[in-house]
Amino acid sequence: MKIAIASGKGGTGKTTLSVNLSAYLAEDEEIVLSDLDVEEPNSGLFINARMVHEEEKYKMVPEWKEDQCTLCGICQEVCNFHAVIQLGEMIMVFPELCHGCYACSELCPTDALPMIPKKMGMLKHLQNDKLSFIESRLDVGEEQAVPLIKQSQDYIDEHFTDDILRIYDSPPGTSCPVIEATKDADFVILVTEPTPFGLHDLKIAVETMKELKKPFGVVVNRHGIGNDGVLRYCEDKDIPVLAKIPNDRKIAELYSEGKLIYNEVPEVKQELDKIIAYLRTLKQGGVQ
Amino acid sequence: MKEIVVISGKGGTGKTSITASFAFLGGADVIVADCDVDAADMHLLLQPDFARGEDFYSGELAKIHPDNCTQCGKCAEVCRFEAISVIDGMHTVDPLSCEGCGYCARICPTNAIENLSMNVGKWYISSIKTGSLMVHARLGIGADNSGKLVAKVKNEAKRLAEETNKDYIIVDGSPGIGCPVVSSLSGASFVVLVTEPSVSGLHDLKRVYELVKKFNLKAGCIINKSDINEKVTQEIEAFLREENILHIVNLPYDEQFTKAMTNGQTIIESDTNGLKQMIVDSWSKIKLTIN
Ligand code: SF4
Ligand code: SF4
Ligand code: SF4
Ligand code: SF4
Repeated sequence: MKIAIASGKGGTGKTTLSVNLSAYLAEDEEIVLSDLDVEEPNSGLFINARMVHEEEKYKMVPEWKEDQCTLCGICQEVCNFHAVIQLGEMIMVFPELCHGCYACSELCPTDALPMIPKKMGMLKHLQNDKLSFIESRLDVGEEQAVPLIKQSQDYIDEHFTDDILRIYDSPPGTSCPVIEATKDADFVILVTEPTPFGLHDLKIAVETMKELKKPFGVVVNRHGIGNDGVLRYCEDKDIPVLAKIPNDRKIAELYSEGKLIYNEVPEVKQELDKIIAYLRTLKQGGVQ
Repeated sequence: MKEIVVISGKGGTGKTSITASFAFLGGADVIVADCDVDAADMHLLLQPDFARGEDFYSGELAKIHPDNCTQCGKCAEVCRFEAISVIDGMHTVDPLSCEGCGYCARICPTNAIENLSMNVGKWYISSIKTGSLMVHARLGIGADNSGKLVAKVKNEAKRLAEETNKDYIIVDGSPGIGCPVVSSLSGASFVVLVTEPSVSGLHDLKRVYELVKKFNLKAGCIINKSDINEKVTQEIEAFLREENILHIVNLPYDEQFTKAMTNGQTIIESDTNGLKQMIVDSWSKIKLTIN
């Protein structure tokens, strides 16, 4: 089963939930946790594990071969992303804008734009007993997260069997990276704070999940602050609230030190138990 | 006219509350731009009237017209994004996977593929309670946040500021290190980094600062919730000294941030215990630095 943990915006406790839930589950069973927030991967800061494997990740971009080029201008015309531009007698490629569609390369009449790999980030595979952790990190200056998210998921598909529970720490927001990270998930947990900001972002996240036709539930983080708007909204819309993680300065302090929380704060463990119970019924097909 | 861009790497650091407070202090001198189009929240604090709105189109989406399609399969062959599959014997585009590269339409022998312009969201110019104007936007669901809508919001804000002779634009920047934040940062006179003293806060700060450095921008830093972890706060302060980043202020962990937000107010309007003065001083410090 694949569970994506997402939120309408960053900083709502998505990573905290991902790492604590994964570590807790991994006390009893094999778990794969993957940080798909490739622009700002943070989960790794909370996980002590040994490196199993590390690899550079590439995307394919065209490279101009001056001696083969007839300056016909087709490449510039076919690139929808303005990533190849003809400047006088030169063809310039802007790799950070390239989406790797191969159109310029394959439509060039003289094969003057072969596709070559360009590094866009790193993938790390770490292991701590039953917990496998996969982190991908986009290089600073690279503008597109989606190809790296896709390659991380491919890595997981190749290295782990389907029966192992996978937890995806998804990027924040509602645009392409989130869609890429959640579109294969069997269930999505939306993390939010019980404030007007939280409610506003939750509504957008809910719309996104409905659009994707994903089953989802909500975890309220920092329960006790703000107001009851989020809970009322969930009740109104029949959205299951899986857990309410209390607001506690102690949690913020442990988080700030990069520590796991569930063993230090009993209420957090209780709330995680509720989420796990929900996921178990889900796995048995009990919840639709 | 000076452009101040507030960013934080990741959300949840109080970036929007702080930006809105500066906007409130700047009052009529400041045009506000909410470039966090993916999770635009500033309107909850500044109460814009959504007076003028316009659809925003960017990018394309392939659509196959079944009447012209001979099911030859060429489109699926060239598509690198696995966006075309055969459903019930018909070649069909999955809109969520289509990157809008246009390759399929170019090679379809029967011209059965049309490129539709994508409506990716809506942008607005509003009057806000500070007595000024705000440019903001709402990105459509699953839309490609390629930074173009962010650029649109910024350019409109710039145009308005020039037309109305304003001194400042304050930009609530996008998160991450990808296209949207690059668009948020372009043209900035000064970058305010909002961070918090946690291992992840410091990590994100360093990562996003690499980007700021790449663009050669002047920057200052606000450490929010600085008393949550004194040790990391010191590490951040050391990093600021090392990189020559202006240390603007340390703000304490204070639930007043949340309370103000819950009431739809900036800190300036609601504070009773000192936070307000610290933000007033920070705003003066920023103005002094850039002028
Ligand atoms: S399509 Fe090929 S030959 Fe034509 S300008 Fe581009 S690189 Fe040169
Ligand atoms: S591969 Fe596609 S996106 Fe990249 S430069 Fe060529 S046409 Fe443009
Ligand atoms: S290339 Fe054109 S004709 Fe061939 S299957 Fe695709 S849409 Fe149909
Ligand atoms: S436009 Fe590009 S991504 Fe979309 S279906 Fe056609 S080839 Fe695939």
